[in-house]
This record gives sequence, C-alpha cells and structure tokens, in this order.
Amino acid sequence: MQKQKAEYRLRIPSQTDNLEIIRFFVGKVAHKVGFSEDDIGKIELAVDEACTNVMKHAYKEDITDKSLDVAVKIDYQKLTLVVTDHGKGFDPKKIRIPDMKEYLAELRVGGLGIYLMKTLMDEVDYDIKPGVRNQVRMVKYLINKKTSDILN
Amino acid sequence: MENFQVTRSDSELMSTLKIGGFLDAHTAPALEEAIQRLVDEGRYNIVIDFRELTYISSAGLGVFMGFIEEIRSKKGDIKMCSMSPKIYRVFDLLGFPTIYQIFEKYDEAAALFNPTAAPATDKSS
Repeated sequence: MQKQKAEYRLRIPSQTDNLEIIRFFVGKVAHKVGFSEDDIGKIELAVDEACTNVMKHAYKEDITDKSLDVAVKIDYQKLTLVVTDHGKGFDPKKIRIPDMKEYLAELRVGGLGIYLMKTLMDEVDYDIKPGVRNQVRMVKYLINKKTSDILN
Repeated sequence: MENFQVTRSDSELMSTLKIGGFLDAHTAPALEEAIQRLVDEGRYNIVIDFRELTYISSAGLGVFMGFIEEIRSKKGDIKMCSMSPKIYRVFDLLGFPTIYQIFEKYDEAAALFNPTAAPATDKSS
C-alpha cells in the first residue's frame, strides 16, 4: 500500500483528439498509486467523460484559448481528479442524472456521461464560476469506503 | 484516425462492422458515418464485432442509441459480439444488455440474421 502525497497536472487544448493523452496520463498515475486494472479502467473512463463534457459544451465558438486542466491528487488512500475549464459554466442543480430504466425504455441519446461518472467514482461534485473557472471534482478511494469501514 | 478502425464486410443477409482501437468522442463520428452509410443503403441487419476494440466511452455507446430506433423500425437490428470483459462491463453498467443482444461469438450473432442457422445463446440472458 502506497503511503504518499503527490499532485500531477496536465494543461491541454480542449479538443477531443487529446482524450487519449488525458486517459493515458491519468491511467499512469492511478497505476503508480496501486489501483487495480479494473479501477484504472473506471478512473480513465470517468476523466474521459468529464473532459468530453468540457470539450463539447464549455466553450463558445469564438473563444480562441480553449484549454482545460486535469489535476490528479494523491493523498494516501485517496485519488482526486479535478478537471478545470474557463468556459461558460452551467448550473449543477440542473443536471439530471438519468433514471437508466426510463432512459433505456426511451432509447435516448446522450446524457450518459454524468451517470457514468457518478457510478464509476466514489464522489463527484462541481464548483462552477461561469467565465472564471468551472471544476468537476471526482474521488476514488484505493480501498473503497465500504471495505475500509468493514476492516475498521 | 489511426486509433480507431472500422472494417465493413457484406453478405447477402447482413453487414458486419469490425471495430478496433478506441471508441471515444473523437473517433465516434467514424463509426457513426459507417452505420449511416449502411442505413442509407437500406442494409438494416448489422453485426458489430468488438473483438479488436480496447476502449469505449459514452460517446461510443451513444452512436448505437442514435440508430437503433430507426433500424428496428425497418425490421432490422444491431447485434453485438466478441466484447472483452472490460468493454462488456461498460455496457452492463448502463443496462445496455437489456436493449441489445450481445453474444460471445460472431457466429452466434450472425445466426440471428440467418433463419436456417441453429438458435444461438444470448450472453446477456
């Protein structure tokens, strides 16, 4: 079990062709910390979904400097992913987590990203300051919380 | 797009798209284009072979959702096969096996479009 504190940062243009680099970066850090292959897959998918949302929705067409920051913070048993953009932001209260039963019955397109992020990670929250900076913060515990509670 | 490949093969009864590499928001349009072409040609019996696919995000899953209604309304379907456990888990997480038939082997999926073949076993049931 790793006993360490560290932070890794990546600033990258907000373009979908960079998703692969972002997943690679986050996956390598998660591997270094000791997450299982299964959990690394979940973390990579969660960061992809968060960054895809930024790439598709955060910036208006006329803004030239479209970049996003991905930070991975390691704090002993806890990995925190922070995705930051400087775009128009949104009201997190208006985010609707789809009811998957309804969703599938209606064969709807899109809106799955947020559901996946919430399912794959232990915690997901938002800090939105439109036009200044918007952040999605996601946490994954190396030993998941339930297991940790049982062990204690 | 070197990180995603889609290869099409047609038979009398159906078309197969073999997909490989990463299917994410960047590469999803290539798959969308390939399925759109099949739909435009009136080829509604489609098997997607996932054998070479190593990654999928919701943008990739969204492609199938975008076509399934139209294809089924034309009495066709999208059948899927040969997913790695990692890819299948993402489908499963979202409950997709309830709306798509997913098979372990290509032949099982293809048999569904071939009325003379033996019935196949569905992985999701």
